Amino acid sequence: MSEVILTMEGIDKSFPGVHALDHVNLEIRKGEVHALMGENGAGKSTLMKVLTGIYTKDSGKIIYEGKEVEYGSPKEAQDAGIVIVHQELNMLGHLSVAQNIFIGREPKKGGLIDDSRMNTEAAKLFEQLKIKIDPKEKMNRLTVGKQQMCEIAKAISHDAKIIVFDEPTAALTETEIQELFKIIRDLRKKQMGIVYISHRMDEINVITDRVTVMRDGAYVGTLITKESTKSDIINMMVGRVIYEEPKTESAISEDAPVVLKVEHLNAGKMVRDVSFSLHKGEILGFSGLMGAGRTETARALFGADKKERGEIYINGQKIEINSPSDAVKHGIGYLSEDRKRFGIVTEKTVAENATLASLDNYLSGMFINKKKENEVTEEYVKQLKIKTPGVDQLVVNLSGGNQQKAVIAKWLIKDCDILIFDEPTRGIDVGAKSEIYHLMSTLAAEGKSIIMISSEMPEILRMSDRIMVMCEGKKTGEIGIEEATQEKIMHLATQRN
Amino acid sequence: MENNHKKGLVKVVGTQKAVVVVVLIVLFGFFCIMSPMFRQYSTILSILDYSYYITFMAIGVTFCLITGGVDLSIGTGMICCGLVGGYMINVMGMPTIVGLLAAIVVGLIFGVINGTLVAVLNIPPFIATLGTMMVARGIGSIATGGLSQTWPVAGSENGWFRNIFKIDIGGLKLPVGFMLIIVTVIVMSIVLNKTNVGRYIIAIGSNKEATRLSGVNVVKYQMSAYIISGFFIGLAGISYAATFQAIAPGTGAGLELDAIGGAIIGGTSMNGGLGSIVGTLLGVFIMSMLKTGLPYIGLQANWQQIITCAVLIGAVFIDVQKNKKLQ
Repeated sequence: MSEVILTMEGIDKSFPGVHALDHVNLEIRKGEVHALMGENGAGKSTLMKVLTGIYTKDSGKIIYEGKEVEYGSPKEAQDAGIVIVHQELNMLGHLSVAQNIFIGREPKKGGLIDDSRMNTEAAKLFEQLKIKIDPKEKMNRLTVGKQQMCEIAKAISHDAKIIVFDEPTAALTETEIQELFKIIRDLRKKQMGIVYISHRMDEINVITDRVTVMRDGAYVGTLITKESTKSDIINMMVGRVIYEEPKTESAISEDAPVVLKVEHLNAGKMVRDVSFSLHKGEILGFSGLMGAGRTETARALFGADKKERGEIYINGQKIEINSPSDAVKHGIGYLSEDRKRFGIVTEKTVAENATLASLDNYLSGMFINKKKENEVTEEYVKQLKIKTPGVDQLVVNLSGGNQQKAVIAKWLIKDCDILIFDEPTRGIDVGAKSEIYHLMSTLAAEGKSIIMISSEMPEILRMSDRIMVMCEGKKTGEIGIEEATQEKIMHLATQRN
Repeated sequence: MENNHKKGLVKVVGTQKAVVVVVLIVLFGFFCIMSPMFRQYSTILSILDYSYYITFMAIGVTFCLITGGVDLSIGTGMICCGLVGGYMINVMGMPTIVGLLAAIVVGLIFGVINGTLVAVLNIPPFIATLGTMMVARGIGSIATGGLSQTWPVAGSENGWFRNIFKIDIGGLKLPVGFMLIIVTVIVMSIVLNKTNVGRYIIAIGSNKEATRLSGVNVVKYQMSAYIISGFFIGLAGISYAATFQAIAPGTGAGLELDAIGGAIIGGTSMNGGLGSIVGTLLGVFIMSMLKTGLPYIGLQANWQQIITCAVLIGAVFIDVQKNKKLQ
């Protein structure tokens, strides 16, 4: 094995009321891709923030290139060669690619910025990475994948020796992921140390050499990826076996009534003549690659975006949906893929979020009946097992999984019969994930009908009774769960027509 | 993680408001010690006189600020309301009550226009209300033919409305307007915190898109914030007319900043989603305390502005620091 470049030893960090890191160890070697895994709240991000000088550690040692170090700011860490490529990219959209890469250290000529040199330097970086990006292109015209490549180029231009990737594939398409992996392998060859944070198990197998697992702020152990299985890692993460098999047959009968029928839905380029129906008690999976138009279909159905054409029938009756409030009136609830932007009102309480869609039912005359509001929220906190100190807790203080449950509570309190779950487990840890799955099954068994949009194949195969596949704005097929396989779905998902 | 270990005053009114209360007391004490002239009943009357119209404007604009917007038209809008009302009484010979109602109606019209521009046509609030601010100044002048309007004086038959704010009983002047302010603060606090209108206004300021996707009619509730603001510039116009002898066309610009400044000092966030009416009241009192008190210690208008500005920036700085710690 190659030389060790970074050792973090017994790192301890407390915040008021929280022991965030409890004597954590991490060792990175030159030329290895090292996965850092753990449920949300396990302390991965905190550890990386300690490494890059955003937080100061309470105790422990960081040894980098043989010397004990402590950085006071991300800038100091960056100058020393430790760089993070963030999950949410920090890009200035109106500036060019080269301007972004060299921001804060622009090459000068006669006191003015030397744009042409900046562009050549940037072009050299891309050449080194074997990727094609025009340095003069405006940043906001690039895809998320390409923007990420620019972040990597920026990291390399800082002479990085350690690059931390924080969930780099969350927003990428399959091809972009492959491209990213090629680059990561290249960086590995150049003897860089790479920390790879991800929730996606299959990626860990493909790209990483070793895995360090954390749980509840503590170090659990380090495995060699090749010698361990998915269940090994998951067991270490949650301390229990939870990996479950796909669904084999539909839970609903053939003659279950159709509750929702959508015909010839059209909305822009991403939704082209989509028709489908949803049965009572059914979980209908929407599968497809990124950019297939699944979220756009859901948003058009829900009235969140304008549609050009399309009929919607609920229980056989034709209805008009022109705004989310129309949809909600007809008993449709939408759980957005982007919880923070579209799902929760972060700085408000659990109760305020839970009753946001149904506040009219909790008024006494003109006034909000706080008692009734709290009662119903408490009931659903209990039923959905939302972990919160109380209904007056700010939602921002809950974990991702519990925030998601708070959004689900909002629609259940509104008594919606049709629920659209858009990537319901995105950014949620493994334990909370299986709770959400269980909850969805229970809801379906109780007669709620669910549309589940998911980019994770195992999730689609595990939850759906029927799967609708889309590609580039069009519906390309429908498969019953009995005959569904990954191959069949992928075939439809790439079937351009 | 907030609110767990706080005590006393802080627990009751929140950190920033506690600071504001302390500053208010310290300021008052300071002026009392420094100037014997300040320690007089008439000074309190004068502080209150300066507070009424700013308080009304500030209460209204607090709702706009909480939605994440702003209403810059409140200053000239208030003057316009006062001018139109005054013109109807003075020139057209209408009863006082009609003039009062007219002031409120004019305010509501501005509110509806601002609300339509912002909520329906999606024009940024700063631009939309900057526009109506200028329009209000123009309309005030046009409607009155460019002449100052004098509302009926105290003691005259039609001057009864001045008694709403200050009543003269046997030579003793009682600031009854203060009671009116307290009642208004209580009512609007209830509207903000206990009704669905208030809840939705706060939710829109916190996360407009999530609120819309919850099926809330955000256009309606965003609009209502501006209509509330409009209603209050009507009230502000009346209290301005009751406090001062005459209202001059073309004035009013800049007064909106006193009101917005008061709301911000009181803890309302320019980013929306956060604010309180009690805080706004306290903030306004700091502004008018400074305005009234500084001349007593020999500092004239220019210094007042500099010191008021320092207090405003200081208050926001404390808030920024507090939020940084929370993150």
